[in-house]
Amino acid sequence: MAEQLREPVVDQIYSLNLGPQHPSTHGVLRVLLDLDGEFIIKADPIIGYGHRGHEKMGENRTYKQFMPNSSRMDYLSGMLFNHGFALAVEKLSGIEVPERAKYIRTICAEMNRISSHLLWFGTYVMDLGGFTPFLYAFDDREQILDILDSVSGSRLTYSYCRFGGVCKDVGTDFVDRTRAFVKRLLSRFPDYHNLVTKNIIFIHRTRGVGVVTQEQARQFGVTGPNLRATGIEYDVRKAEPYEIYDRFDFNVPVGSKGDALDRYNVRLEEMVQSCRIIEQALDQMPKGDYHNESAAFKVRPPKGEVYFAVESARGQTGYYLVSDGSAFPYRCHIRVPSFGNLHVLTDVLKGTLVADAISILGSIDVVIPEIDR
Amino acid sequence: MGHEMGSDWVRLVVGLVVVLAFSQLNALFLVWLERKVAGHIQLRPGPKEVGPFGLLQTIADGIKLVGKELITPATADWKLFIIAPVFVFMPVLVGFLVLPFSPQLILRDMNAGVLLIFAFSTFTVLAILAGGWASNNKYALLGAVRSVAQNVAYEIPLLLSVMSVVLMVHSMRFAEIVQAQDKLWFIFLQPVAGLIFLICATAETNRAPFDIPEAESELVAGFHTEYSGMRFGLFFLAEYTNMFIVSAVATSLFFGGWQGPFGFDLHIPGIVWFLMKTYVLIFVIMWVRWTFPRLRFDQLMNFSWKVMIPLSLANLLVTAVVLKFI
Repeated sequence: MAEQLREPVVDQIYSLNLGPQHPSTHGVLRVLLDLDGEFIIKADPIIGYGHRGHEKMGENRTYKQFMPNSSRMDYLSGMLFNHGFALAVEKLSGIEVPERAKYIRTICAEMNRISSHLLWFGTYVMDLGGFTPFLYAFDDREQILDILDSVSGSRLTYSYCRFGGVCKDVGTDFVDRTRAFVKRLLSRFPDYHNLVTKNIIFIHRTRGVGVVTQEQARQFGVTGPNLRATGIEYDVRKAEPYEIYDRFDFNVPVGSKGDALDRYNVRLEEMVQSCRIIEQALDQMPKGDYHNESAAFKVRPPKGEVYFAVESARGQTGYYLVSDGSAFPYRCHIRVPSFGNLHVLTDVLKGTLVADAISILGSIDVVIPEIDR
Repeated sequence: MGHEMGSDWVRLVVGLVVVLAFSQLNALFLVWLERKVAGHIQLRPGPKEVGPFGLLQTIADGIKLVGKELITPATADWKLFIIAPVFVFMPVLVGFLVLPFSPQLILRDMNAGVLLIFAFSTFTVLAILAGGWASNNKYALLGAVRSVAQNVAYEIPLLLSVMSVVLMVHSMRFAEIVQAQDKLWFIFLQPVAGLIFLICATAETNRAPFDIPEAESELVAGFHTEYSGMRFGLFFLAEYTNMFIVSAVATSLFFGGWQGPFGFDLHIPGIVWFLMKTYVLIFVIMWVRWTFPRLRFDQLMNFSWKVMIPLSLANLLVTAVVLKFI
């Protein structure tokens, strides 16, 4: 008994459930934190609250029926997920895509990338306590959603791509509105920089915070802007150009330190680069078919398997499809970027403050339903 | 004071009623103003449906708050939990006793008015700590702990900056401090103290970018996470009334109180000057809130202990030395 009394009576370390209902975990993420005061001893992201079984659903649906599912995994970059799935199936079954459709898809995908980054920009600054940039970003994002709504009929879950093209042609109205939007967005960047990027509090909250090293990024499979912020110039659009990305002149922005500020800068620069791609694509867009009419209504790919990766807003998104020759995929596996991006937090969050945990979590830009699927 | 016992009592009772009514109306107006300011800064109109310019929106919200169920968590220390919202609002009212709205409109011009107002504002921290502790919620506790640390850190430079003014006037009486600024406002004589006061006042009232105790993106709602209905309403009310009081104190100490600038007499009643300046200051505080992100806790503490306190001490020292030799 006397021996036990020498032990400290109060354990200084306590645990705190950050989420699944918390304003800044962006969906249903739960991070189990072990805290000493406000310092984080251990962080354990717990996933699975948004599991809907999309991969299993894929096995019970025809390829075309799975298209809506793909945009519901990452609801912030639905067009990019659609695009990836369409490309994977087209590669598996050898469907040709008309030139015009390729351009339409690329423009819409890049628009979607911008909208995803804009939402991230807004919510990230809101996580840091700045409310106003959030509404500025949403004001711009609304324009994109309206444009994409006019071509696809929905604002988030587009299901716009088809195997062999897109479901609906775009008119001159789309071209004009997109050009006007790009112009408007580029004119808004000075505002964003004045309001946020040059803000001394913002810089102090992000510089040197949540450093992901190149080694950690490799270990956890971090991709996308988070990887590029560490200084590795890897973008699927450049490394293995799919669709028509090899025809455009654009840069892959990279950071140097891999901290939250670098991730911020990379994403903001990526929006500018996406604007460049859209402008070039609009200039080059040919007339012609928007859909390959000879493509079968019910796709039955030959026996085989395919892995097709695209660069979504959050990183490398890969579709692995196994076909047994029927109209249903035998296996439909999706490699999502957020999984690796999130789990690097177990290393990164150690030794930081609770306030930093929010900042880092926000800067990583995870979409939880994409991980849970 | 004995010779006018009767009228003194009438004065007190009327004063209390007026103070209560004013503090409520002021809070209603400020919440509306905050939402309008936020709206226009964020390129949206803000409330506009209920009443002209949405002026009655806050009343509708208030009625909703009154109608809400008061939830007491099962594991809470319910006595403290219930008392805390009352405690947070009470000391705020005391501030109105000594505020100099105009030469005639001072409820009690005490000779230690400045001291009294700051002594009572410290009570608020106690109530926040009690509320956060009694909630038995980790987020609330974290918020309360942050609040105490922050208020202790920022009270020191706040009082030091006030001391510079008090040294110049040789009085803690609000009326005399305001009177001393009939030619030149103290903000021009004491710009450093004025700036320190404004920054610390923002921190004292837990306003952004110093809203660390209730940082909604980190601590859900901070110390009042578990509060609902009018109990939450009282915390809210206290915050806005506190904002008015610190702005009013800043007006009296640094911006000439009820007087026009540079001794001009523009035949505007003193109370209009006073309220005008106070609301302009409040607007500035709101403007800051909707522009800046939040500081991190350790940065906030560093800013106080390493910048504000040395600066305010130096300012006080310089003031004392200059006053000694002129």
